[in-house]
Amino acid sequence: MHPKSHFGFREIAHTADWELEVWAPDLGTLLVQAARGMYHLAEAKLSSHPRLNRKIEFSFQEPETLLIDFLTELIFLTESEGLAFDQYELQFKGNQLIALVSGAKLESISKEIKAATYHNLIIRESERGLIANIVFDV
Amino acid sequence: MVSLQDLQRINRFEWEIPQSYRPDMRVPVRIFATRQLLEQIKNDKSLEQATNAATLPGLVDRVVVMPDVHQGYGFPIGGVAATRLPHGIISPGAIGYDINCGVRLLASQIEFDAVKNHLSDLANTLNHLCPSGVGKKGHLRLKNVELEKVIRDGSQWTLQRGYATEADLRRTEEHGRLEGADPTMISKRAKDRGRPQLGTLGAGNHFIEVDVVDQVFHPQAAQVMGLITGHLVVMIHCGSRGFGHQICTDYVREFQSAVKRYSIQLPDRELVCAPLDSPEGQAYLGAMRGAANYAFANRQVLVHFARQAFEEALAGKVHNWHLHQVYDITHNMGKIETHEVDGVPVEVCVHRKGATRAFGPGFQELPAEYRSIGQPVLVPGSMGTASWVLVGTAESMQRSFGSSCHGAGRTMSRSKAKKLIWGEDLLKELQSRGIHIRAGSMAGLAEEAPQAYKDVDAVVETVHGAGIANKVARLRPVVVIKG
Repeated sequence: MHPKSHFGFREIAHTADWELEVWAPDLGTLLVQAARGMYHLAEAKLSSHPRLNRKIEFSFQEPETLLIDFLTELIFLTESEGLAFDQYELQFKGNQLIALVSGAKLESISKEIKAATYHNLIIRESERGLIANIVFDV
Repeated sequence: MVSLQDLQRINRFEWEIPQSYRPDMRVPVRIFATRQLLEQIKNDKSLEQATNAATLPGLVDRVVVMPDVHQGYGFPIGGVAATRLPHGIISPGAIGYDINCGVRLLASQIEFDAVKNHLSDLANTLNHLCPSGVGKKGHLRLKNVELEKVIRDGSQWTLQRGYATEADLRRTEEHGRLEGADPTMISKRAKDRGRPQLGTLGAGNHFIEVDVVDQVFHPQAAQVMGLITGHLVVMIHCGSRGFGHQICTDYVREFQSAVKRYSIQLPDRELVCAPLDSPEGQAYLGAMRGAANYAFANRQVLVHFARQAFEEALAGKVHNWHLHQVYDITHNMGKIETHEVDGVPVEVCVHRKGATRAFGPGFQELPAEYRSIGQPVLVPGSMGTASWVLVGTAESMQRSFGSSCHGAGRTMSRSKAKKLIWGEDLLKELQSRGIHIRAGSMAGLAEEAPQAYKDVDAVVETVHGAGIANKVARLRPVVVIKG
């Protein structure tokens, strides 16, 4: 996606792992873009049906930890149940997040993601809204 | 960004970033590299990450950087750091998500010339019997009680279940079992990920490779290891799978608050740590050892199926298709060891991330037959290039906490490799050189192309020249199985 878009993600060169730059006007959209970027890098392809839904709840003290917790949950669901998601409804209530995610079983996926890391992770404000760089161990 | 001007040249193979480079560094950084390799290393953030690592509390002597170093996600891949017991720290990120990722080498009496027309069958059989690829599950279905035994007993469990021999365990680092593994310190989520994956290779840069012993440099050591020029060997590279990944994830998360409790200031959140003698540090140590044991068992189960593949593919074609174990080493681990610092023996936790233990001759930890030659050090090259067998030296004990390099080390990002290299073209090129490839995806193959890595021969010449390992044998690949 083009960096001038209102929200999006792009891959940043990293010698061994993956670095994803993600930007969005608000934290919820940032989480969604990070998830979409992660699945994009992993070349995840969803089955057309059946659609499957999950409700995931998080409590958080700071946004960076929430971002990693959110991605970690998705990585776990991919590995343990073979699921990926393409629709997201996020509801924030104070320091709680309820994520209603919808997706399907994976038809195929090219890359194994070991983890979303905290390496140099800071969610910062800019002219483009919120920006974060996330490094995945692959 | 560290520049070459910031480095002090010690000798042709050693450089130092002095502690004065940054006020928060607690020790200097010692880099094993030639000038030529340094030119490659400086192109990513490896050295910056090494200076960050040098700020960890409780470090002794120096942070060591190997010539195959490359940028990681906190601690550089190819880094070694030792922290003093009891109050020094342990850092999950300085060990890595793939806890006890390592390499195993098996040797044979099979002459390449006798089986060269059967290698395609052998590749197919290995690929069929040794599960690989993203999310692949293994042949074993472990119940909780069995998984807990794997966590506690590692390769001992595989011996009891008929997947190993006594000789396999004797020639495995720590006999394939770290004392002190604690299943109660491991989350249900990690156990859920680990149960179906024992005996699987995974994906990424993990592989099973059949090589030919191409050249022997140290006849005495090669003879002791059973490495014969022109004969086949098997190399297996993998780790603790999703089980280890989840354990590291859990503890990096938990240590985000531990560093606040212990007032530890760090330049990077991925370096989070806890004192070794703290409840948090002890919990991670128990969990990490469990993941290490799982990884030892994982490689051992793969050995069992590799032996089965050799039997299925080669029985009747050669008289002896047995694979005997040369050694199994880990290159992502935290180990409690005693090292001499300023002439005094000190008990330390050696963090090796993308670095291999390389004990010199004489150590009781080594199998009796290896005590005169030193510990075998297994260095896989990039796909299609040479791999190496080395031995540790007395000098490695003095200069690198008994450690050496672990591979070639990447120089190119995965996305750039995919842009420059077409997987199908690479496959054809490798096949034209007589290398039988079985790969999960062409994109994955392109990412692991030899052009994306440093020259493994240059890396090995550096550790040999620096005296922290000695060359034993060079291996040439003929079959590569990749997830």
